[in-house]
Amino acid sequence: MKRSAVGGLTTAILIACLAAWVGWRNLQGEDALVPDPPAQAASAEQISRGAYLARAGNCATCHTARGGAPYAGGRGIVTPFGTVYSSNLTPDPSSGLGRWSAAEFWRAMHHGRSRDGRLLYPAFPYPNFSIVSRTDIDDLFAFLRSLPAVTQAQTEHALRWPYSSQAALGLWRALYFRPGEFKPEAERGKAWNRGAYLVNGLGHCSACHASRNLLGASAGLADTGAGSQLPAQNWYAPSLADPAEAGVTGESAAETVQLLKTGMSQRAAAMGPMAEVVAGSTQHLTIPDLQAMVEFLRSIASEDHLKKAPATAPTADTMARGGDLYTRHCADCHGAQGQGAPDQYPALVGNRGVTMSNPRNLLQAITAGGFPPATDANPRPYGMPAFDLPNADLAALTTWLRAAWGHQAAPLSEVEVLLKR
Amino acid sequence: MLVGLLVGSGAAAAGAAAPQPPDTMAQRLQPCTACHGAEGRAAREGYLPRIAGKPAAYLYHQLLNFRDGRRSNATMAGLLVHQRDDYLREMAAHFASLDLPHASRPPSAAPAAVMARGQTLALQGDPARSLPACTACHGSALAGTLPAVPGLLGLPRDYLIGQIGAWQTGKRHAIEPDCMAQISRRLGAEDASAVASWLAAQPMPPGLRPAASAPEPAPLRCGSVSQPER
Repeated sequence: MKRSAVGGLTTAILIACLAAWVGWRNLQGEDALVPDPPAQAASAEQISRGAYLARAGNCATCHTARGGAPYAGGRGIVTPFGTVYSSNLTPDPSSGLGRWSAAEFWRAMHHGRSRDGRLLYPAFPYPNFSIVSRTDIDDLFAFLRSLPAVTQAQTEHALRWPYSSQAALGLWRALYFRPGEFKPEAERGKAWNRGAYLVNGLGHCSACHASRNLLGASAGLADTGAGSQLPAQNWYAPSLADPAEAGVTGESAAETVQLLKTGMSQRAAAMGPMAEVVAGSTQHLTIPDLQAMVEFLRSIASEDHLKKAPATAPTADTMARGGDLYTRHCADCHGAQGQGAPDQYPALVGNRGVTMSNPRNLLQAITAGGFPPATDANPRPYGMPAFDLPNADLAALTTWLRAAWGHQAAPLSEVEVLLKR
Repeated sequence: MLVGLLVGSGAAAAGAAAPQPPDTMAQRLQPCTACHGAEGRAAREGYLPRIAGKPAAYLYHQLLNFRDGRRSNATMAGLLVHQRDDYLREMAAHFASLDLPHASRPPSAAPAAVMARGQTLALQGDPARSLPACTACHGSALAGTLPAVPGLLGLPRDYLIGQIGAWQTGKRHAIEPDCMAQISRRLGAEDASAVASWLAAQPMPPGLRPAASAPEPAPLRCGSVSQPER
């Protein structure tokens, strides 16, 4: 009797301590909201700076439903925990940001807490946005305030329990979220620092290009060198730390700037979720900003993260069949030597989408096809038809591609194709 | 070693420089023709519609509708999601400009009574239920009218039924007022099947092109006809 009472008391104390720790972690670093200074009309320069920052953050892409009013929210973001619906960022008083103060907007971006005090789901990438400066966030807010107000009520999130509860979110934040601050590295130079600020902050590249743990916490771009299988999409976001995936090397730096600006480079075309990033964000950034991002990305790519799969030699039969399929289906556009056609079709020789160990994007590109995103530099892109080939043909073709022209990537079996197409 | 030899010999055989693919719309639009048939002609049977020779404004509207979610088709939406209005207009003009012979129609398996009902609906409508004849908007030859009303011949039966069903269930929308949604909701399942069976079985006279203008007066207001540039 006495013993169980002591046990119960101990449990209660432990739960209270945990709750206090979660509460403390969630409020850590959060100052009381300072009321905005008396409203001053935003200048045209401030709004235009904010518009640029909104592009850098690709805000409109998630905060716009298909065919809906820009920034009025309502798009479903599918996560492993359920679907989160984006909010209305237009200045509508009832359903948008109309009643928000700049300080409340800052708190949402920096601390991930909404106007009413509720914790926000990290599908809104505030773990990245937390390092964005107060000045930039104020400019972004001024831009959003300048949009036409659209009344569109919030769609309720469709998350499974316990992920749907504020308590679970509080615990997650206590474990994985700290408000950030961008600390420039003096010895690195201005461009590198600008690049780091854009890539890690508004660009939120790690939201896709870094692995996540079972609870969805990002490992960071350079920590593991692993990319990420995107939820509910048959696409793999390649690692930006691994030079065999999307890691930027001296050789590929200029091509990466071109890819981000135009949606195409000599050896790549943006497809799937990256087409969305180029269409909504990077094509609108200045060349110096893109070069800065690439300079930072070069510094995190490391041979240490190189993933080498032992490549066994494919059989002669497979190679003959694969080569025949290539000649029949691919060579007209991508060239007999895989050299591509400038400004039309990317080269496949030396193309990391072909050779990286995870074959999902290669299979997806072949079986779904598609157009690269329209950009100012490439407003009428050449498309790739979908090739609905049998698994055995896909295995032979991809195996051939991964061994042709000096490539040394592992062959793909019919079973792997079946599982990953 | 064996692989090296094979690849090496393949490379030697294909040594001549390949010509640059032509700078044409047909070359750019291979993702379209992969399903809609070479040059947008579409297969003789099956579900996918012919797009060649349809009025340009009609095709443009459908591209916008797929991209912006007024029509529901994941493949079409995925292809178009990051393309701009100007390019979609150019795609529409390209397929509208094609004048290709039609494939012969497959014989209908529908009973004579069903075909008769379909013919009546298509050519006379059902005034008692405020159902206009198809010909009242789609032209007396059912070949469509410029610039925005599509022809109804040469389309698979399943596709036609699918579209009526999509309007009924809210999966397909057009610019408001959405006249075909109103008409579709007045059609019963057997009406839809009958009219689709009859339309799909009609022969395609050679050289059939959309009529230059719509018959007057139009029985309903249609947003995509009154605002073809939208």
